[in-house]
Amino acid sequence: MTHLEKLVMMANQIAQNLAHEPDPAAAAAEHIRLFWDPRMRAMICAEEVAGLMPTAKAAVALIRPMA
Amino acid sequence: MTYQPQADFGTPVSNADEMVTLLIDGREVTVAAGSSVMRAAAEQGTAIPKLCATDMLESFGSCRLCLVEIDGVNGTPASCTTPVAPGMIVHTQTPRLQKLRKGVMELYISDHPLDCLTCAANGDCELQDQAGAVGLRDVRYAADATHLGQAKDLSNPYFDFDPAKCIACSRCVRACDEVQGTLALTMAHRGFASKISAGLASEGFLGSECVSCGACVQACPTATLIEKSVVEIGTPDRAIVTTCAYCGVGCTFRAEMRGEQLVRMVPWKEGKANHGHSCVKGRFAWGYAQHRDRVLKPMIRASIDQPWREVDWDEAITYAASELQRISAQYGRHALGGITSSRCTNEETFLVQKLVRAGFGNNNVDTCARVCHSPTGYGLKTTFGTSAGTQDFDSVDDSDVILVIGANPTDAHPVFASRMKRRLRPQNGRPGARLIVIDPRRIDLVRSPHIAADYHLPLRPGTNVAVLTAMAHVIVTEGLVDQAFIAERCDADEYRDWADFVSLPRNSPEALEPVTNVAAADLRGAARLFATGGNGAIYYGLGVTEHSQGSSTVMAIANLAMATGNIGRRGVGVNPLRGQNNVQGACDMGSFPHELPGYRHISDDQVRGLFERDWGVTLDPEPGLRIPNMLDAATDGSFKAIYIQGEDLLQSDPNSRHVAAGLAAMECVIVHDIFLNETANYAHIFLPGSTFLEKDGTFTNAERRIQLVRKVMSPLTGLADWQVTQRLAQAMGLDWDYSHPSEIMDEIARLTPSFAGVSHAHLDVAGSLQWPVNAAAPEGTPIMHEQGFGRGKGKFVVTDYVPTDEKTGPRFPLLLTTGRILSQYNVGSQTRRTLNEVWHDEDVLEIHPVDAEDRGLKMGDWVKLASRVGETSLRAYVTDRVAPGVVYTTFHHPETQANVVTTEFSDWATNCPEYKVTAVQVSPSNGPTDWQRAHDAWATQSRRTRYGDLPG
Repeated sequence: MTHLEKLVMMANQIAQNLAHEPDPAAAAAEHIRLFWDPRMRAMICAEEVAGLMPTAKAAVALIRPMA
Repeated sequence: MTYQPQADFGTPVSNADEMVTLLIDGREVTVAAGSSVMRAAAEQGTAIPKLCATDMLESFGSCRLCLVEIDGVNGTPASCTTPVAPGMIVHTQTPRLQKLRKGVMELYISDHPLDCLTCAANGDCELQDQAGAVGLRDVRYAADATHLGQAKDLSNPYFDFDPAKCIACSRCVRACDEVQGTLALTMAHRGFASKISAGLASEGFLGSECVSCGACVQACPTATLIEKSVVEIGTPDRAIVTTCAYCGVGCTFRAEMRGEQLVRMVPWKEGKANHGHSCVKGRFAWGYAQHRDRVLKPMIRASIDQPWREVDWDEAITYAASELQRISAQYGRHALGGITSSRCTNEETFLVQKLVRAGFGNNNVDTCARVCHSPTGYGLKTTFGTSAGTQDFDSVDDSDVILVIGANPTDAHPVFASRMKRRLRPQNGRPGARLIVIDPRRIDLVRSPHIAADYHLPLRPGTNVAVLTAMAHVIVTEGLVDQAFIAERCDADEYRDWADFVSLPRNSPEALEPVTNVAAADLRGAARLFATGGNGAIYYGLGVTEHSQGSSTVMAIANLAMATGNIGRRGVGVNPLRGQNNVQGACDMGSFPHELPGYRHISDDQVRGLFERDWGVTLDPEPGLRIPNMLDAATDGSFKAIYIQGEDLLQSDPNSRHVAAGLAAMECVIVHDIFLNETANYAHIFLPGSTFLEKDGTFTNAERRIQLVRKVMSPLTGLADWQVTQRLAQAMGLDWDYSHPSEIMDEIARLTPSFAGVSHAHLDVAGSLQWPVNAAAPEGTPIMHEQGFGRGKGKFVVTDYVPTDEKTGPRFPLLLTTGRILSQYNVGSQTRRTLNEVWHDEDVLEIHPVDAEDRGLKMGDWVKLASRVGETSLRAYVTDRVAPGVVYTTFHHPETQANVVTTEFSDWATNCPEYKVTAVQVSPSNGPTDWQRAHDAWATQSRRTRYGDLPG
């Protein structure tokens, strides 16, 4: 598994486990912002990252401007 | 302090509130009702002669030495079994008593070898003392029939048993029963033939069920049971109280010394975590501290394929600093990082994270808690607002129902397990607490002497959340919720959302049974018992946290505790059993890359400003890399240097091959450890560490108890670990000038609200303090959340079960779960260098008889254990304590490298590895795998010096 594939898996996990939050995408984005090193955020925010589930994708879109 | 035996009041303390006043030898004394006359006398300062009594054990009344006279009472009652009464008038020394005692003692001595001058316990023997106390001058009885000359049992590696010196007081038997709870010893035979026996007579101590906790040795009033170290060295001449460096129980010991030589470690009766009890590791397994494998001089090398070169401290520190500075200049400051150690002191841990943040200029600091209890920090902070367990250990005495999930206390936290087992056994007419065990394995606690779990839920590994949600389903749908507690203490909306969720039919025990493998009826029974059985306490370990839903499981536990009102008083609570001695402290000290000390996020401007002003630097506001992220970044090329204090990443972290690749990709790996561990095979700089015996500081145990670690001998390397970190910081231009760890603690207290009232001086007086220690709680906080939660209202969190991505299938049909055993400790670098090897000298694979049969495997066969990421080989241990479809092993031995098969799947919130669920296949093997051979060859080559090979 490449580093990026691992990050995608982690983002999907976060999104799945925060699915019951009122705004799951915002909650996942906040979690990533609070716990991920900037270079990890930069990797997941790069264009054309495949494999993200919809909520994780929405979360990444939320953090992309800050990455 | 100079050597004196620990005070012994003869019988246990009474906790009664009512006080009783009586007269002993003409002096008035007031003691708690229920105290024995012997104890009252001892509290008054009067030592009544005794042999079978000790305050660690219930009174027994067999030796007939402690007789007293009481006005108005016929005869001469035993003071140990006679409770005090108001107005009682007691005489402890009369001609009649003196004659009786002398007669009794004469009988004892008539059957005791008179070799005091050459006896190992000479000068430290209660029999000798009491013979003097009663004035025995001669023995009139002929030595026709005695027990002298019986063969010694020398089988145990740490203590001898000499039956010729036994006075049959039964203190050892009772210590094993009452204190340890193993019931391995008995008084065999009758009358004159009576003899202490461990298991069957032919087994001896080593072959018996004895767990070598040392309670019997401590209880023995003669040299019958005595430490081999005392036999070899002699009796100690001074004692210093310090804190054990093994598990998170945090036992305090008297390090009993002769000069700078450690003679023995004796559990300290005033220790509030262990109350005078110990396990085989803390009591006996300290030989590693002076093992020949210790490397005592710094070493450096330009690349990891070169031999090591010994250098002095100045050269090592200068070289390390220059390499770190070179890499920072070449690749940027974010290419550097550090790992703090849960085995080191709070002060040392604080310094390492400070070095990374203030010296390296980033937040790439993490700790070994990453791979164990990081989900505890996340889960309990989210739900309760505080990243710690809620109780003290004593709280278990008031529990009515104990739920143990994902923990094996008798192996991993043995001293607390003994305490728990005492509560589980019926005692003095009080029924034992009820017990629920949720674990894939039939751990010892499920059924042991006088203990049987009401429910054992042998769940399929990886389904903790489903089981706990199903329990919540039962509690909510059957109306067993503590509504008053929730209304007062918890967020109402969040509770409703959670209750609606767990009530869904898909969360019922019946619906989830196919997922969890737990019989729905048993699960319903367990849930009802927990909710209705009185004070319910939950204890958990790494079987909860080391999962892809580790944090969710911690939150599900918190949900369950809140829903049943089991928070905020004695006997209840959520209790993470921490793996290493200072896991709690390492987390408290800001070892996580996103948090400053006190669990405050690095992005908080106000908090960061506090540290910036104190340290005179600007701090990076962004979270740094966690351990697995560091390894990934290393293989990517953006992380180049690491300072690792007291952790063996290669042996303890998952997917060893990936760890090795990450380490090999770095340009500077600094290992600061007491041994050349497996990680050091990839190191460029080795800084020799100091043991807990060689330094001052503090550890914080699983109950948030901060305790002093006191230096009992000089550091063999010349420097304590905190001094090494300080010198590295100074070489990198930081103006640190600590002269003692107490000054570091003063800084911690200055910057961390929960430690505001902590200082070494305060700890010296108080003995220990449980944080928070502040203006509101100047003497600490044994029970958390008594009035309200740290975050205000308790937060219920919906924890939906999300199956792990690690799936079984035709190629990997079994689930591997890993853990540790009593005699070894984590990666074994300490315990493998002790005589504990006699109990466990290799990792074995537990496999169910059905699975073994399917594969043609027998007990002891070599087997290959293969997962999707790697394979290793080890011997099979066929047992039904694991369920069909589940296999289990430990990770104590580098020859096995169990983590070569574990994967990098991890907890969604914290990246804690999913050690407890790995899909594997097991097949016959004829020996070590290619990986094992290659690793062994690499390790051998890596440990070369310019003068020869170093031991590993």
